[in-house]
Amino acid sequence: MNPVKIISGIAAPFLRINVDTDAIIPSREIKAVSKKGLSEGLFSEWRYTSIPDRTPNDEFILNREPFNRSVILLTGDNFGCGSSREHAVWALQEWGIKAVIGSTFGSIFYGNCIRNGLLPIQLSTDDLQKLIDFVEKDPESNQILIDLETLSINFGSSEINFEFDKKYQASLLEGLDEIQQTLKLSDEISSFEEKHLKQNPWL
Amino acid sequence: MAETLFDKIWNQHIISDLGDGNDLIYIDRIFLHERTGSVALKSLEERGISVRKPSQVFATIDHIVDTLPGRGDETMMPSGSQFIESFRESVQREKINFFDLNTSRQGIVHVVSPEQGIALPGITYICPDSHTCSLGALGALAWGVGSSECEHALATNTLVKKKPKSMLININGIPKDGVTAKDIILHLISKHGANGANGHAIEFQGDTIDRMSIESRLTLCNMAVEFGAMTGIISPDKKTIEYISGKAFAPEKGDQKLAKEYWASLKSDDGAHFSKVIDIDASKLNTYVTWGTSPEHAIEIKEKIPSIDQANSSKENTSIKKALDYMGLEENDAIRGTKIDAAFIGSCTNSRLSDLRVAASILKGNKIAPGIKAICVPGSSKVKKEAESEGIDKIFKSAGFEWRESGCSMCFFAGGESFGEDERVISTTNRNFENRQGKKTRTHLASPATVAASAIKGEITAAHLTENET
Repeated sequence: MNPVKIISGIAAPFLRINVDTDAIIPSREIKAVSKKGLSEGLFSEWRYTSIPDRTPNDEFILNREPFNRSVILLTGDNFGCGSSREHAVWALQEWGIKAVIGSTFGSIFYGNCIRNGLLPIQLSTDDLQKLIDFVEKDPESNQILIDLETLSINFGSSEINFEFDKKYQASLLEGLDEIQQTLKLSDEISSFEEKHLKQNPWL
Repeated sequence: MAETLFDKIWNQHIISDLGDGNDLIYIDRIFLHERTGSVALKSLEERGISVRKPSQVFATIDHIVDTLPGRGDETMMPSGSQFIESFRESVQREKINFFDLNTSRQGIVHVVSPEQGIALPGITYICPDSHTCSLGALGALAWGVGSSECEHALATNTLVKKKPKSMLININGIPKDGVTAKDIILHLISKHGANGANGHAIEFQGDTIDRMSIESRLTLCNMAVEFGAMTGIISPDKKTIEYISGKAFAPEKGDQKLAKEYWASLKSDDGAHFSKVIDIDASKLNTYVTWGTSPEHAIEIKEKIPSIDQANSSKENTSIKKALDYMGLEENDAIRGTKIDAAFIGSCTNSRLSDLRVAASILKGNKIAPGIKAICVPGSSKVKKEAESEGIDKIFKSAGFEWRESGCSMCFFAGGESFGEDERVISTTNRNFENRQGKKTRTHLASPATVAASAIKGEITAAHLTENET
């Protein structure tokens, strides 16, 4: 995973509530056993007026200037609820989204973001509203800068801070691979396992 | 200190405290399907890592496969066979326990798992599928993960995880005739929101749960994820132990005594702390159906569709308006009597034998309304066979239902088969999201009884006359 430290650019306020992962990447857009080739299917039901022809729906936010160059999504409550499909994260990333900022996220989606370096930031609705107000004034010029090291979001002359799990902050900053990290604990896992299976021999 | 059921299982599985609130948790069992399991296994292979303990990993084919009679690896979805074949190759290479197509143990992962004794009380259990929370019904700590976390668990038998907050849902009282686990969970989600349990693991307790069958408990826990929870869990009791006994992968005779001793300890202590408690009087509930595009958009069948102004906030207001537009419904209209085009009985929520029996008892001697497309997809090959031995298939077929092979089928539109544009479907599934069952398909979630009764009438209705009269 590539390290994540600073993310800055255009933010799109996409504030529908309960946007599920079926909407982010519909099942039938997942056409291969692969983490790639998914950006075309991103939000396909909303993004295209005709899916087979890929005719863009000009009303959809990510098809409009300047949001077609967004790197940050400002999201409504419970963004990423529903199916566990990690393809939702892979599709967002391949399209160009590097961070999602919202009040709550579907919990599996949140974990999937972390493991792929798509930065999920949870803010209070008040703080989120400040970002929305700022962006909506002038989406092209009013860009947002996120610094994962200082856990801060800079917009205009203002700054807000956000909370983030320290362990995941460190892994993202260094681009660490979680499996490799855990494999270093193999001896500890094996000795736990031996004891555990002795206690629960039916497993 | 008094512990919750969740705490007890969690603590039993902590290998190491990784700091900052994260624990390294041992994972006892993993279940995979061809949709998300295929990509996890392929990715591991590309990294040159093999499955650490294949005997603890199980796999079946349910998500992409067709459910029409005579099906094989070729699917209506153009690239479906690639998923099935790549998955089969990977699970065979890794020597994972595999319930392939056209074998007696195949079926929807969350239906197969309890019926084969794979999910057990007190174990940690994951599957790269959000409805894994179903298995909490047996007292397992079971939750859905993404592909990357699944890879991690396959490679190490562990996950790095922060303990969630705890929530207690107390359900007491004897439900009225026809009010099922599905109605109770839809009530809960509609009252507290689709993210009402965000960041929490929930435990269901109360005398309604004590009386509930294991299969109904599976329905209840299945939709914990639609409530935003990491999982739902129910303390194992006598019914649980009876249910597990004799299942293919359950503890064998010699281990049973030890297992039962452990299982008996699996309940929340008196005075255990929960971050949030919700009480439900089940005797006051009626049957539920959804009107909108989120499981939180549920009302009693006798109620009216909410008005847009009723919303608590402008955000909710927009959400109601959007949902009504999509569903082709008007605010303040009655939901009962809404004409339907199709009925679907299936999915990991409501496709077990008891669900099919309830639907069959309503369909017996009746015909579905003219022009209605009605499909029943048993949850597993075992459920299908058992239902057929009771003659349930004949009741469904003579009522006008299609009787399918098991799989996830049209619970979601995998690409091959779907309901039509603007078609209104009453469905025993778990998600009424936009475009979930087909492009522009309008889904109404309900219990098997409600779906069967509505199919006969050709419109949304409750199975029990008393409710229709009120």
